[in-house]
Amino acid sequence: MAENPSERFRTPLSRARGMGAARHGVSHFMTERVSGMALVPLSLWAVFAGLKLGAGDFEGAAVWLSSPVNAVLLALLLVTALIHLQGAVQVVIEDYIHKFTTKSALVVLNLFVCVLSGALGVFSILKVALTGAF
Amino acid sequence: MTDTSRGLPERPMSPHLQVWRWHITMACSILHRGCIMGLYVGAVILAGWALSLALGPDAYAVYAGLLGSVLGKLVMIGLTFALFFNIAYAIRQTFWDAGIGFAPKTADLTGAAAIAFAVVATIVTWVIAAATGAF
Repeated sequence: MAENPSERFRTPLSRARGMGAARHGVSHFMTERVSGMALVPLSLWAVFAGLKLGAGDFEGAAVWLSSPVNAVLLALLLVTALIHLQGAVQVVIEDYIHKFTTKSALVVLNLFVCVLSGALGVFSILKVALTGAF
Repeated sequence: MTDTSRGLPERPMSPHLQVWRWHITMACSILHRGCIMGLYVGAVILAGWALSLALGPDAYAVYAGLLGSVLGKLVMIGLTFALFFNIAYAIRQTFWDAGIGFAPKTADLTGAAAIAFAVVATIVTWVIAAATGAF
């Protein structure tokens, strides 16, 4: 009983279920670290792009996005940021919300917000890049 | 619900925020979490921007008008800070993952440097924005 320190605090119910950890910890950690590093150059480019777009109008933005380099980088920025933020916000939810139903609902909502933003964003980027915004 | 923890030793508790002495590494950690929540909204704003562009000139004018309003500009300045702070924080964490920079003095210094970098980079960005007409 006292052999493994982590076993001491397991409740009888937890012992009966025998599930242990979900074993997703390392995968989550690597996703957050690698996407975080990828976002360093992408974010710097985003500031540069934002300054350029902020000074222009609709036509300027449409012409800017018709460049394949800009379209690909913007899609990469959006998707990488959403992957990173989905994982990051899930941890925030799990840290502060302890009621099972509320926590599960928010985790799923977080996933849906990120996937929907990604789908709408990437579709819009492709639409403007491939067919023009007019 | 039935009490399933009967007979178990009392679990160790981590100290609550209120009993910690305020220090820079803690401020960075909290600021980082706050910035993440801000950037979450920022990513949705970015997707909305692409959508407004795809919807045409009228939708884009409305969206650009919202972003260019006083509240919109405050949000954009906040997001600029969050973005720069997260860049610095990601680099700091990568060194931590390699086991470098955990000495209290180093951790304090890199934490202060991350905040200073974010403040300076945000000011520089918005000075450039004002000069080029993006502000």
